[in-house]
Amino acid sequence: MRNIYYLKAVSEALFNEMEINPDVVVIGEDVRYSLRGITKGFIDIFGPDRVIDTPISEAGLTGVGTGAALSGLRPVLEFQICEFIFFAFDQLVDQAQKLRYMSGGKLKAPVTYLIASSGARGGMAGQHSDNPYPYLLHSGMKTVMPSTPYDAKGLLVSAIRDDDPVAVFLPVNSLGTKGDVPEEQYTIPLGKGEIKKEGKDITVVSTGHLVKIALETAEELESSGISVEVYDPRTLLPLDRELLFKSVKKTGRVIVFDDSNRTCGFAAEVSAIISEECFTYLKSPVRRITRADVPIPFNAQMESFVLPDKEKLIKVILKNF
Amino acid sequence: MTEKITKNLALELYRKMVLCRKFEEKVAELVNKNEIYGTTHEYVGEEAVAVGVCSALRNNDLITSTHRGHGHIISKGGDIRYMFAELLGRVNGCNKGKGGSMHIADPGIGILGANGIVGAGVPIAVGAALTIKIKKMDNVVISFFGDGASNQGVVHEAMNMASIWNLPVIFVCENNQYAVSTSVKYSLKIENISERSKAYGFEGKTIDGMDVLEVYNNTKEIVNKVRSENKPFLLECKTYRYSGHFTAEKILNLNYRTEDEINYYKSKCPILSFSTKILNDGICTKKELDDIDNLVINQIDEAVDFARKSKSPEPSDALKDMYATEYTGIPQKGWI
Ligand SMILES: Cc1ncc(C[n+]2csc(CCOP(=O)(O)OP(=O)(O)O)c2C)c(N)n1
Ligand SMILES: [Mg+2]
Repeated sequence: MRNIYYLKAVSEALFNEMEINPDVVVIGEDVRYSLRGITKGFIDIFGPDRVIDTPISEAGLTGVGTGAALSGLRPVLEFQICEFIFFAFDQLVDQAQKLRYMSGGKLKAPVTYLIASSGARGGMAGQHSDNPYPYLLHSGMKTVMPSTPYDAKGLLVSAIRDDDPVAVFLPVNSLGTKGDVPEEQYTIPLGKGEIKKEGKDITVVSTGHLVKIALETAEELESSGISVEVYDPRTLLPLDRELLFKSVKKTGRVIVFDDSNRTCGFAAEVSAIISEECFTYLKSPVRRITRADVPIPFNAQMESFVLPDKEKLIKVILKNF
Repeated sequence: MTEKITKNLALELYRKMVLCRKFEEKVAELVNKNEIYGTTHEYVGEEAVAVGVCSALRNNDLITSTHRGHGHIISKGGDIRYMFAELLGRVNGCNKGKGGSMHIADPGIGILGANGIVGAGVPIAVGAALTIKIKKMDNVVISFFGDGASNQGVVHEAMNMASIWNLPVIFVCENNQYAVSTSVKYSLKIENISERSKAYGFEGKTIDGMDVLEVYNNTKEIVNKVRSENKPFLLECKTYRYSGHFTAEKILNLNYRTEDEINYYKSKCPILSFSTKILNDGICTKKELDDIDNLVINQIDEAVDFARKSKSPEPSDALKDMYATEYTGIPQKGWI
């Protein structure tokens, strides 16, 4: 195994899939010169029919992806940052996601939305810092958000091979992290979470780049005698409820640590199902640490005020004891 | 166009272009020193467009701007002290440190907002033009957008609506020939984006966007036409950006433009060619231009100094300004 960057793991997963399956094509803005770095050099290997730059036309390119998927290709659409899915909203939630159901199961749209950097990267303000997966979850779209290079490679391969539309959110703050990744192609099934660290006192449900922060926090709190279990759903929909409930029933305390908006966010959903299914096991109310319900402000101090971070996690954990 | 220009106008166009250029050079410096948070999209090379267009406007004319908006804001009369304060995230920045480079808005001087979303400002401009029509005012709206933005669906929708409703809006396409790495030779099958105006039923024109006088004179004429005829217009200015797409592009080594190409356009620098022209025509002296350069440099130093001395907002100010009408309980913060 090699220790490689998250971004490299993503790139490798896509590259290998394109080698294995000639139906896999990548479509997006600036994918030939590869502004995001995922498809660097792909054009030389796969040529312009499989590495397709589009004009700046997100609604159009998303529909094109759907049409290509319906008719036999397996497109991977790259969105440079997550806000660009907003222009494409009808094509995502009203077309791609609904077609199978409305056709009584006859249509199949195996398309992957590779959201090449999601979340706040520092100083990009209101329109370049969102984490808009709850909108897609709400519409029933399969959605993954890998937190490590290993998960990124395995989950992207599964997403591409899946016969439904799948959104893959790559947290911008994870792209530069490193981890062990096998050279060969492998899959991590959708819908399988992972206990990233075992503990017995409290479960922290964490997503994306926050998994790393939860793990650091768990380590720090070890010395104060608090044993934190870190659960990473990896796939946000379908959610690995079984593993989640097992953890919650063991610890009896839960914090959902998620970097999307609070109202109707991912953490709201997780909290609700825990209180429905695990109520009698709970020793304290389920707590959420999320973003505030505001656009990300530009100024650094205001920005960190509204984002979930380690300091807030520690504070809320300590409050629960 | 070979109209004679007055000395005042020449010096003013020159001053504004130098101000745009030096402003961006300072911004890039501060981004590279991490004194400005995040990244910015510099307007270097394209000054003649914003300056030429905005100098032909009245204070109450409106504009929508783009991610590459500093030049538009400055040319429309933005106060660079408050712009720098915004870029440093200070409380007296034009948007209280909430917006930063891509979201500068200043309705007092007709700036309805820069925009981080390519193409999104164009329908907003059309909406403003609708207000003007319904309220029977006589100002106009300018919508700046790029060659890349021209392929965004909402841009087409907006242009068609402007046309069927006879709205006083001028779509100014800043065709700098690239959208990040994507050349117009790839993204368009037509030579001139202005040709599209025909399809919507209004007039369009393509001009040299490196020539500030040409931009100014054309805009003057078009603004008059649009004001009196209540018809939109598509003005395409061919231009070029000297810098990368954003400040840190260099480290990505994308190499989508050749050095020769960049140097060719640098040799057509809008500031240098204009100053050469007005000197040759005897409109002003070298000393007058040097004085302007020095004035601008001082003005920028003072503005940066002003911004640095300004207060930072309280972190919890992040929860303010969300609503025009406040209700308790919203917006929620992220933890309790
Ligand atoms: C909807 C949307 N898609 C993509 C982007 C990313 N992006 C920012 S600027 C840009 C290129 C814009 O090109 P153009 O309109 O020609 O303006 P220029 O940068 O050349 O001034 C792109 C693709 C964005 N900000 N918004
Ligand atoms: Mg451009």
